[in-house]
Amino acid sequence: MYHASKSDFKTRLQTWLPKLVLSPSLAMVLIFVYGFILFTVYLSFTDSRILPSYGWVGWENYNKLWRLSHWEISLKNLGIYASLYIAICTAIGLTLAIFLDQKIRGEGILRPIYLYPMALSFIVTGTAWKWFLDPGIGLEHTMHLWGWESFEFGWIKDRNLAIYTLVLAAVWQSSGFVMAMFLAGLRGIDSEIMKAAQIDGASNWNLYRRIVIPLLRPAFLSAFVILAHLAIKSYDLVIALTGGGPGRATELPATFMYSYTFTRNQMGIGASSAVIMLMTIAAIMVPYLYAELREKK
Amino acid sequence: MSSVQTQSVQTGRIARTFIYLFLLLMALFYLLPFFIMVVNSVKPLSEITGGNMMALPEVFTIEPWLAAWSTAQVGVEPTGLRPYFWNSIKMVVPAVAISTVLGAINGYILTKWRFKYDTILFGLMLFSCFIPFQIVLIPMARILGILGLSGSTYGLILVHVVYGIGFSTLYFRNYYAAFPTELVRAAQIDGAGFFQIFYRILMPSSGPITVVCVIWQFTNIWNDFLFGASFASGSGAPMTVALNNLVQSSTGVKEYNVHFAGAILAALPTLLVYIVAGRYFVRGLMAGSVKG
Amino acid sequence: MRLFSKKSVAVAALLASTSMVSAADVEVLHWWTSGGEAAALNVLKDDLSGQGIGWQDMPVAGGGGESAMTVLRARVTAGDAPTAVQMLGFDILDWAAEGALANLNDVAAAEGWDAVVPAALQAFAKHDGNWISAPVNVHSTNWVWANKSVLDELGIAQPESWDDFVAAMAAVKASGRTALAHGGQAWQEATMFDGVALSVGGVDFYTKAFIDMDPAALGSDMMKETFDRMATLRSYVDDNFSGRDWNLASAMVINGDAAFQIMGDWAKGEFLNAGKVPNEDFLCFRVPGSAGSVSFNSDQFAMFAVSDAGAQAAQGAMAASIMSPSFQSAFNVVKGSVPARTDVPNDAFDACGKKGMAELAAAADSGSLVGSMAHGHANRAAVKNAIYDVVTAHFNGEYDSATAVEELVTAVELAQ
Repeated sequence: MYHASKSDFKTRLQTWLPKLVLSPSLAMVLIFVYGFILFTVYLSFTDSRILPSYGWVGWENYNKLWRLSHWEISLKNLGIYASLYIAICTAIGLTLAIFLDQKIRGEGILRPIYLYPMALSFIVTGTAWKWFLDPGIGLEHTMHLWGWESFEFGWIKDRNLAIYTLVLAAVWQSSGFVMAMFLAGLRGIDSEIMKAAQIDGASNWNLYRRIVIPLLRPAFLSAFVILAHLAIKSYDLVIALTGGGPGRATELPATFMYSYTFTRNQMGIGASSAVIMLMTIAAIMVPYLYAELREKK
Repeated sequence: MSSVQTQSVQTGRIARTFIYLFLLLMALFYLLPFFIMVVNSVKPLSEITGGNMMALPEVFTIEPWLAAWSTAQVGVEPTGLRPYFWNSIKMVVPAVAISTVLGAINGYILTKWRFKYDTILFGLMLFSCFIPFQIVLIPMARILGILGLSGSTYGLILVHVVYGIGFSTLYFRNYYAAFPTELVRAAQIDGAGFFQIFYRILMPSSGPITVVCVIWQFTNIWNDFLFGASFASGSGAPMTVALNNLVQSSTGVKEYNVHFAGAILAALPTLLVYIVAGRYFVRGLMAGSVKG
Repeated sequence: MRLFSKKSVAVAALLASTSMVSAADVEVLHWWTSGGEAAALNVLKDDLSGQGIGWQDMPVAGGGGESAMTVLRARVTAGDAPTAVQMLGFDILDWAAEGALANLNDVAAAEGWDAVVPAALQAFAKHDGNWISAPVNVHSTNWVWANKSVLDELGIAQPESWDDFVAAMAAVKASGRTALAHGGQAWQEATMFDGVALSVGGVDFYTKAFIDMDPAALGSDMMKETFDRMATLRSYVDDNFSGRDWNLASAMVINGDAAFQIMGDWAKGEFLNAGKVPNEDFLCFRVPGSAGSVSFNSDQFAMFAVSDAGAQAAQGAMAASIMSPSFQSAFNVVKGSVPARTDVPNDAFDACGKKGMAELAAAADSGSLVGSMAHGHANRAAVKNAIYDVVTAHFNGEYDSATAVEELVTAVELAQ
């Protein structure tokens, strides 16, 4: 009897231990992520200004939000910025990965060069980019000094083009990371498949288009998720490069949210924009997580 | 890495030249901002304001670096970035270590000790990576205040651990998913316990993914400004806050050379981590997260 | 449970500063991190350490105090408010309304602040009749800074009226230089807007539009004229203005690349640092058409509630030091602003400083001292930023003047 109950206890401990060990992490996530999200949702229905307050105002913040041309501009900008950023990063990342995978000499040097921008925040590189893009001291000025007088590169000063300079700098920062993800994917592909295709006489172009790229599907998905979340969270970049200008031409939802919550003391409107952002993220993430996690069962 | 390189795609000479050319041009593009920073950090200020930002320095000086490190104005006292460097280290090392260990154990449980709804729990944890940090600022401050951790390094470590768990769990879970479960079952039959299996069987082969996780966490935590500024006390502030005070000061002469030197100094640890550990990075990604 | 009731914030703030900071210390949150500003603050720090009061520095630079205000929000919510916080205008009143600020009446009475601080300024340093903060300085925003040698070379006299000013800018532009040095950031455009609005409609119009937020004044012809004048200014700015920092714009005037800059008196520090002398190398005068009126903003140290008697004493001593004539003089000579009390001797100040002090005192007497809209002394942050949006959109060519007036009326209404 004694022996049996002891082993019984041990088995029970063994079944409970994993859950027990997992529970602190889970508790932290539930409180610090989901609790805070609920709190934000609640705030979005209140008259909070400088600090949270609890006067219920219903949908007023959301109504105001959609009447603000400012919010419209930042959503439109996010559309342009996120789609270009994700597309270009993926294209450059994939190209670099495929090229680097051709037994390139010096890969060990090139790879960290492509990767390093991810290590730096825009607090660090923002000034350098701002200079580079400024026609008065940057690339345009330098080209003029080197004798190319007609060269023009003043996008950052043009309210229709400034959003593309954000894309440029953002691509610079993360395309190397995407390259690493694709490179890892490429290196994970079974070489037998490649050989078989080559024996069948497939050209390099077709080999990649028909066989390799489809095999990289998981890498595409991971890249998409990481890029999408970086795009939606882009804040430092805008502050460092344009400060939202010229005028309001480069405002994004993240800068909008920060400015209404903290600078303009309209925490209620800030919270309602945060809720919309979270819903957007969820709309992208939940189907992805569902697909990813279901497959493995 | 060459051992992993098993493909045998044949490319012609023209194609190869094009590939090399493209790779080199891209390398130049990636290096350009860093080049601007380095070149201008070793020029006297007059040469920057009067000249070409791409030009090599006519007069080479390391004064800006010395100033940024030890005498630049970042507050009332001209202390440079030096004291804040250690603040960052004291915050980053424990935060990275704790979040990595938690991520490893979570990944281990979620793949080898599966239970009902475990994927949903994982989904919940993963989604936490995507929460915009601006909305957590106020409630987090309240909780740190209640816990008595406000204005302390411990509070900052807690914050970074909390918001690092999502990614670290993601990395380890996907890595351990590919690890043969039979080995775990066999050890269980031999009587090994929960922690023994983790120490003896999974840990020894977790090198690559640990590198990925550490790089990721180290970079994110080191570069954080918002939490560091909000939850640290003035003298305990991390390096990014000091750098911000150096670069963003509102009036007065902007000493761009000192700013650039300071920016590079602040970035050196992350750069070092990427360069030293970078070769394992692709291997780690390959072994785990991408293949899922 | 309500984690964030006003009371709990106030109580938390009370409990706060005692736990983290030893009783005889002050913890100061500010964004003055450049060399000159820090030198000015050191005057205060040394004064306090002479009285045995320690100084815990908490600098957070960026965005003219925006980052510092965000950090403050976190610190107060955590129940760990700093002792003293550098703050501007309506922010102070907002925090006072949250019940987070201390009462400085005893110090104020002992030092006689009521008699020496201009009433327009007291409006931001008192809440419900109680002193809550100690003003450090008074900046005014409707200044023009001009390079004298450029003007002499082109035979331009200091412009007295708006038309003179436009003619002068036209002459400068014709000579191939930039007429108006400007940095394209919303707050810089708003700073010009302050001066231009005063030049169009004087103090009455300004008060109705920006302080009373009267829709009739906001939508008036005078407002359209203000926007038209902004468009005129826009035509004298160089092509590369967007995103430029204000001090780089000052540098253009200092170097003679540009003739004028419309900017607050903090710009003077740039000229002095470059070794320039007022009235010899550069001129300072009010935006033409706005002479006699002064739009001001004032840096203050708002004092947060502390419970410990020792901490209260330290806080009181700090407030008294800030308001002492010697500190007011020493600090403002360095900072380019003028003292927050009108009885400080002007011996140590340069020509522009003396002029500023005299004009401030005169404007305070005649009732033509108004809070700067651009710097948060005319209305709350929400309204201020809503006006920013319209002004900067118009300046960057998104709206014409008529549309801008309409947008302004809507934006101000939405933000209230």
